[in-house]
Amino acid sequence: MSSNSFAYNEQSGGGEATELGQEATSTISPSGAFGLFSSDMKKNEDLKQMLESNKDSAKLDAMKRIVGMIAKGKNASELFPAVVKNVASKNIEIKKLVYVYLVRYAEEQQDLALLSISTFQRALKVNGRDPNQLIRASALRVLSSIRVPIIVPIMMLAIKEASADLSPYVRKNAAHAIQKLYSLDPEQKEMLIEIIEKLLKDKSTLVAGSVVMAFEEVCPDRIDLIHKNYRKLCNLLVDVEEWGQVVIIHMLTRYARTQFVSPWKEGDGLEDNEKDFYDSDEEQKEKADKRKRPYTMDPDHRLLIRNTKPLLQSRNAAVVMAVAQLYWHIAPKSEAGIISKSLVRLLRSNREVQYIVLQNIATMSIQRKGMFEPYLKSFYVRSTDPTMIKILKLEILTNLANEANISTLLREFQTYVKSQDKQFAAATIQTIGRCATSITEVSDTCLNGLVCLLSNRDEIVVAESVVVIKKLLQMQPIQHGEIIKHMAKLLDSITVPVARASILWLIGENCERVPKIAPDVLRKTAKSFTSEDDLVKLQILNLGAKLYLTNSKQTKLLTQYILNLGKYDQNYDIRDRTRFIRQLIVPNEKSGALSKYAKKIFLAQKPAPLLESPFKDRDHFQLGTLSHTLNTKATGYLELSNWPEVAPDPSVRNVEVIELAKEWTPAGKAKKENPDEKFYSESEEEEDSSESSSDSESASGSESGEDEEEDHSGDSGEDSGESGSESEAGKGRAAKHAKARGKGDSKDVDKEKENSKSSESSSGESSSIEESSSDSESESESESESESRTITKAKEKKTKQDRNPLTKDVSLLDLDDFNPVSSPVVLPTPALSPSLIADLEGLNLSATSSVISVSTPVFVPGKTHVLLHRMSGKGLAAHYFFPRQPCIFGDKMVSVQITLNNTTDQKIENIHVGGKKLPMGMQMHVFNPIESLEPAGSITVSVGIDFCDSTQTASFQLCTKDDCFSVNIQPPVGELLLPVAMSEKDFKKEQGMLSGMNETSTTIIAAPQNFASSVILQKVVNVANVGVVPSGQDNVHRFAAKTVHSGSLMLVTVELKEGSTAQLIINTEKTVIGSVLLRELKPVLSQG
Amino acid sequence: MSLGEYEKHWKSVVSQSVCDYFFEAQEKAADVENVPPVISTPHHYLISIYRDKLFFVSVIQTEVPPLFVIEFLHRVADTFQDYFGECSEAAIKDNVVIVYELLEEMLDNGFPLATESNILKELIKPPTILRSVVNSITGSSNVGDTLPTGQLSNIPWRRAGVKYTNNEAYFDVVEEIDAIIDKSGSTVFAEIQGVIDACIKLSGMPDLSLSFMNPRLLDDVSFHPCIRFKRWESERVLSFIPPDGNFRLISYRVSSQNLVAIPVYVKHSISFKENSSCGRFDITIGPKQNMGKTIEAITVTVHMPKVVLNMNLTPTQGSYTFDPVTKVLTWDVGKITPQKLPSLKGLVNLQSGAPKPEENPSLNIQFKIQQLAISGLKVNRLDMYGEKYKPFKGVKYVTKAGKFQVRT
Repeated sequence: MSSNSFAYNEQSGGGEATELGQEATSTISPSGAFGLFSSDMKKNEDLKQMLESNKDSAKLDAMKRIVGMIAKGKNASELFPAVVKNVASKNIEIKKLVYVYLVRYAEEQQDLALLSISTFQRALKVNGRDPNQLIRASALRVLSSIRVPIIVPIMMLAIKEASADLSPYVRKNAAHAIQKLYSLDPEQKEMLIEIIEKLLKDKSTLVAGSVVMAFEEVCPDRIDLIHKNYRKLCNLLVDVEEWGQVVIIHMLTRYARTQFVSPWKEGDGLEDNEKDFYDSDEEQKEKADKRKRPYTMDPDHRLLIRNTKPLLQSRNAAVVMAVAQLYWHIAPKSEAGIISKSLVRLLRSNREVQYIVLQNIATMSIQRKGMFEPYLKSFYVRSTDPTMIKILKLEILTNLANEANISTLLREFQTYVKSQDKQFAAATIQTIGRCATSITEVSDTCLNGLVCLLSNRDEIVVAESVVVIKKLLQMQPIQHGEIIKHMAKLLDSITVPVARASILWLIGENCERVPKIAPDVLRKTAKSFTSEDDLVKLQILNLGAKLYLTNSKQTKLLTQYILNLGKYDQNYDIRDRTRFIRQLIVPNEKSGALSKYAKKIFLAQKPAPLLESPFKDRDHFQLGTLSHTLNTKATGYLELSNWPEVAPDPSVRNVEVIELAKEWTPAGKAKKENPDEKFYSESEEEEDSSESSSDSESASGSESGEDEEEDHSGDSGEDSGESGSESEAGKGRAAKHAKARGKGDSKDVDKEKENSKSSESSSGESSSIEESSSDSESESESESESESRTITKAKEKKTKQDRNPLTKDVSLLDLDDFNPVSSPVVLPTPALSPSLIADLEGLNLSATSSVISVSTPVFVPGKTHVLLHRMSGKGLAAHYFFPRQPCIFGDKMVSVQITLNNTTDQKIENIHVGGKKLPMGMQMHVFNPIESLEPAGSITVSVGIDFCDSTQTASFQLCTKDDCFSVNIQPPVGELLLPVAMSEKDFKKEQGMLSGMNETSTTIIAAPQNFASSVILQKVVNVANVGVVPSGQDNVHRFAAKTVHSGSLMLVTVELKEGSTAQLIINTEKTVIGSVLLRELKPVLSQG
Repeated sequence: MSLGEYEKHWKSVVSQSVCDYFFEAQEKAADVENVPPVISTPHHYLISIYRDKLFFVSVIQTEVPPLFVIEFLHRVADTFQDYFGECSEAAIKDNVVIVYELLEEMLDNGFPLATESNILKELIKPPTILRSVVNSITGSSNVGDTLPTGQLSNIPWRRAGVKYTNNEAYFDVVEEIDAIIDKSGSTVFAEIQGVIDACIKLSGMPDLSLSFMNPRLLDDVSFHPCIRFKRWESERVLSFIPPDGNFRLISYRVSSQNLVAIPVYVKHSISFKENSSCGRFDITIGPKQNMGKTIEAITVTVHMPKVVLNMNLTPTQGSYTFDPVTKVLTWDVGKITPQKLPSLKGLVNLQSGAPKPEENPSLNIQFKIQQLAISGLKVNRLDMYGEKYKPFKGVKYVTKAGKFQVRT
């Protein structure tokens, strides 16, 4: 084999390869080895020896040289056995280079490649698999890249295992491997689809892009797999890496076109018209229905459009383009306008990006001029642009031309015509021609301008002008004798064949209008016939024929002369044409009936050529695709289907969680259905009208209708509070949460609790310590903020409100039920600033939703209640209060802080919660047993109780080592709430929906000083944990909250009336709580 | 994919001969700039970019958004630039193994894997002279033996465990004026494009907020993925955990309603006499709306018409060169002193007998103004959360000419 290799290298310029090998060596280790391998002859022998040596450095050098050879396209396959031995090398770099080699040559050396398979298998096997996820991932990557059919089953197994791996990074690689296996063996499709289906359910942003890529490659027609994951994908989108975003957006565009009805108004109108023809009563009724209820966008459709919008700001041109095409293809036409700004921004980028973007803009600008009109000047051409860019810009300028801007454009074109880039100048002339035809007001101006160009010094310009003028004149059958005369004169000087041919044709067509000139032209051209270009010769023949028919007296002989010349021409076509014409026009006995019609044939009214954009029909390709760029269907292009007439069942996208949520709050949800839709369309309008702050709120909030989101909002806080490996843990937990709830199985919830409990105890630290540390953090935070007091106070307050509850959530890190062993790469937990947490919430997937964003409670001095008096507790005293924070144990729980005091002079040991007596549905998360409490010691623990939005008592036993004491906690109704931040507008909107039965009100009479706003605020928040809604009116105070368990809104309004009365109104679905709260608030407010 | 003549395969091996289609297209296009970025061949599609005198060509088998490929190829070129200090044929030749290792990490089966420079640098250490010496002695390698963490975290753009003794954060606000000035000196088109480039050397996981005095100026912004979009939407504050090292934080366009100040004017008179083999060339540059700052580093580049043989000019300041092959005149002016405006005058020699040029060449002007953002954009403050130390902060403003063209 070695001699073979030697021979090969001799043949194919082995010298060059050696040279490269030396270069590689010399740069990598300048101090050594340079001279050692200079012998050409023994090169590969040397490499083999080096690979077999036991020194890593020698092996590495050898591998580097081999990789150098591969890069050069040189064959290094005969080294395969020597290289493959090193696949198990401990040295990572050698290993990687061997991988590179393997992947390149395995297909050619299948038998030998099999030797290496076991190494990868070992890394992937369940037992004793590599603890490092990156090693697992790369083993899978290489294994799947080895294109050897025999290992298909092994690959399949590996992919299956990896798709269930705990590490999302490994799962991502599994998704890539799916495509590779599919291309190696399409037979595996069915099984691969199963894996894809499983991976599509994955909640990790790492996996999403890759699995959608696999989906597109393997089973793009299985749109049904997307349904259940649609909303998740939309919500994840912002956080997926940029490449994944592109793939997902393209896929979702296709999806949307199959699942939603057209939002385009024109379509609607058409449909209505069609309906008019139907007569049957039923149809009529349907039509009436349709009229009554104009188009409302499917909330899922809206979700996609809204969630992709921020991506227009991406730095990645491909992402921006992907969003742009999504808006173009699926957004209502009125909204698509926002993409133009971003697309124009991309024009600052390098020429390749410009090229693609300009092509797409060209297609768009044909259909919807208005979109790009404001950016007209951005398409002005610079002399330094490459020609292809210039021509595309010109194309767009032409598309955008209208009566209003044509004069500016023509002035601009004047500059272009003079350009040194003649190809571009010629294109400009074409453009002027097109403008002349499309905008009739300027056609004369254009024509005159073009005629002026006829005296241009540059022949290409003149020729192009002639061609365009010819087309223009053809379209305007008005008398343009002067121009034709002028052009006839040009025939003496101009040499470009196309131009000469055009002139001749024009004269022929108008030979009756220029009766004096035409025969003269024919005379001249007859003289030069033999030396003319074929194109011109044909036109001379035509001219001759036409003149023969109209003016045979003068031209008969000339024409015959020309026909004779043509008869013996070298060109087949010309001889053919000559024969044809002769038969037609020269009457003889043989010529049939046709010659009677010769005049009609030759001098028929010719249809004017259409000057059209080359981008006219490109829009049937999805924008941004390769097919669109090439204007042909590329392999693997997936058609964008037309909008369905009737939307397929939207409920297929519902995830189980939602249905359960509906069960929980049946009254509320049923009612919400309709207002939801209205809500969406309204928020849409807002978005359009202004970029005010309400915009962002509606963007973050308008998903409130989606129960799923609402339910997760607590989770989102958790997720965002974490980073690094812990965030994974958090996600796992959140996922579990969702699952648990999805099943609605209390057992699961219990289990989860157990899990969290165990991890809590394993972490060793009690949560209170954790909390205190986070508290101190928030303090330092506020200190630093007080230094920076440039922000307006209101803003500061707002951000603080955002931050604080989340600070608490940091303590959640200890509660994860995620097995820490599974993520072996220990990530340092970065000290997260509270603001970061708050902001991560913004980045987070599920927090992108719900108007009901929990805000910080207004600070009130905590009211402490006695849980266990020291007398009855045998020296153990317990107090509790409601910290008014979102509960860390579960988002349906109210958090309660219990302070335990030891008033005896002995240690109290093993304080814990014993038996619980809870009413139906109520749940409680207890604190960890306290081992001992020193005399006079005190400890505060947190518990979480799900009161199910009722004021029922939670009874349980507080036990020590020796005794058990029955205690109970009855929550004041105001503590069953969590404050909500919303704008006045939203408040009113929500209030409007909660009228009638859901409204309770009463009148309060009190002294006027009690109606000072600060007093009212103080009083209301003392009673109930509500958030203040900024109010535009002085006499109306609004407060908003949601119930902890069901998340139903609780809206409190205090409206000051004349004199010393005030109206107290409470709007909520939870009418019972509402009326209780009303009862509690009334005395407080009326008190002095 | 092949780099000039280097190739790397991911999916099944494609014969090198596919590149012949590319070379053909390259020959057909007179200028490298005009090689079409997307070429269709019978079985494959070739998507290429041209950068730093190199073509990066990728071979595509199935439908893919072309921008996806183009953007990725540029990211590859960026990475080479980052690793080798330049993206040149020599650099790639010298580092062919690292190039290969990088490509291996950046793409898997046609789907980009790690494209963040922070992550790649953890996987594969950039070459330095010192390291290559050490490597050759100790036999250690460029490949990181610790595996990167960032790729797996929520903050994929930042590596963990960053430590600096001097913690610094610098921001360069660079604005470029794109303009087309017509013959008479009036502005046909002008807009300001800006970027904020950051050089962040901060330990740990700093969380930064950058606020502006006048954020409303920024009309259209594109962000580095580290920026929290929501925060910008609601408060117009840039809040982010930065990548380590140099990166582009945002690029923006200043709203077009604002009138753009044009800092220089050019008086020009270029004329070619009919039927004579010479012409006159005379340009003078002066300051216009320069906000009281000095305009420096002025260069004027003119692509003269093909009939120009040579130019005999005298500059009052700086130096000029004329390349008779490419017909490019470059005048390196330097600073403008308002007392004595720089000018360049002289004769142009034309090819005898050739018709006089139809059009006067346009002038491309480069300049620089330090300590000024022409749009008036001002950074208000930079706050850091999450870390205890006090970083050193700095903001620098520069205004430059972008595509600044004066038609004559």
